[in-house]
Amino acid sequence: MVLDRVSRSYRNARGADVHALHEVSLRAGAGELLAVVGPSGCGKSTLLELICALQVPDAGTIACPAAVLMPQRDLLLPWLSALDNAGLALRIAGRTRTQARRHASALFDQLGLEGFEHARPNELSGGQRQRVAFLRTLLAGKPLLCLDEPFGALDAITRAEMQGWLADALTREPRTVVLVTHDVEEAIVLADRVAVLSPRPGRVIAQLEVELARPRLRTDADVISLREQALEALAAGTPA
Amino acid sequence: MTLSARRALPAALLSVGVLAAWELYADVSGVGEELLPAPHAVASALWSNGGLIWRNFAVTAEQVVLGLGLALAFGLVLAVAIHLSPLLRRAVYPLAVGSQAIPIPVIGVLLVFWWGFGIFPKLMVIALICFFPVLVTTVDGLSGVDPEQPKLLRTLDASRWQAFRFAELPAALPAALSGARIALAVGVIGAFIAETSTPSSAPYSGLGREIITDAGGFQTARAYAATAVLFVFAIACFYALSLAERRLAPWAIQSRGDTR
Repeated sequence: MVLDRVSRSYRNARGADVHALHEVSLRAGAGELLAVVGPSGCGKSTLLELICALQVPDAGTIACPAAVLMPQRDLLLPWLSALDNAGLALRIAGRTRTQARRHASALFDQLGLEGFEHARPNELSGGQRQRVAFLRTLLAGKPLLCLDEPFGALDAITRAEMQGWLADALTREPRTVVLVTHDVEEAIVLADRVAVLSPRPGRVIAQLEVELARPRLRTDADVISLREQALEALAAGTPA
Repeated sequence: MTLSARRALPAALLSVGVLAAWELYADVSGVGEELLPAPHAVASALWSNGGLIWRNFAVTAEQVVLGLGLALAFGLVLAVAIHLSPLLRRAVYPLAVGSQAIPIPVIGVLLVFWWGFGIFPKLMVIALICFFPVLVTTVDGLSGVDPEQPKLLRTLDASRWQAFRFAELPAALPAALSGARIALAVGVIGAFIAETSTPSSAPYSGLGREIITDAGGFQTARAYAATAVLFVFAIACFYALSLAERRLAPWAIQSRGDTR
């Protein structure tokens, strides 16, 4: 995936022009996980929507394979079971209900969700709902996943657990991933490369290669030192 | 005591209280049984005219059920059309509101002129009265889906039809069923209006006709007996639909913690 000097402005609901992204250049190789961190409102969600072709850039070029978005909120359909929610993309692709269920339930077993197949979303915990939403994203069958703050709404313990789960899921089902987060630590624990964005209009102000062995812990010395570098870059790009 | 019996208890006690007060009032007030028959007089009128009331009830019940079916079909189709086409919404919605102000007797004879003395003009009257709550609740339900949902469905490559089929339609189902419950409650009085504003040639032309005839002929107790039958019928239909809702949209009942 390659983004070359991509800019994007849009008009918000009150009619004001918002310059969301300014000449952003990023790339991610096949199977890599690129994390994008930045202050809130720096155009991170706009970036993912551009990659998923939900928006068109005003300037610059985007060359990437078919991408699927996992939005911030899980948006599970309340009338479908966890299994049917996960298999939604398969139904949309024209598979029968039985085929979609068989496909999804294999993944449920692999990724530690067995036993929750028939639960409705309102019976699931926040972490479980995000897992189901992630499976739905995986089962869309696209090579590039765009995850928009997937664990933003979870408590700290569940979030750490989910980060481990996501890393594990991606080793079993390798994909190219763009992960947007405001949590620098999460970015460094999970990513191969971290791009730091400035406040709006978002520009890339630093890129850190994370060449550490996995699994990584938040408490590893290397993780901590990279986190400090990223936080410094963020602070330098943010007017006081 | 079983659970359902315990649920029905408050309504039963209230009914007994109201009937007792009514009985007392009718006996001591001197209003007279032509104006307000006592409950025991209504009960005995019901008993001695059971056959007549039953045959007329069968006519009315058929009209209510078929008329409501028509209203549901019409309300749902129109709601979907309005939802999918902003132009149609602007064109049709105001007229649908206006249609609710039409006093049925104004058009009753015209309907009979078009469709004869049979059941069809009556069904049209009931449908005209009942489609409106279905239309309004369904339109709101269809547009009440999470505004982020279409974005998600688009990234999963859903077509417009699939977005409708997988997200909007099921999201609107609980609202449409609420609309159907309101429609049902007005459907019974709708049948009364239909019968009394369109002439009929059948030997039994429904409880509405009978009530009007009895009330004009000083058969007040029998008119009240027929009314009591309509009263109970409306309640029974309402709860039958609630049961259907449990089967059709269980998630909606769970999420609002409904114990109905």
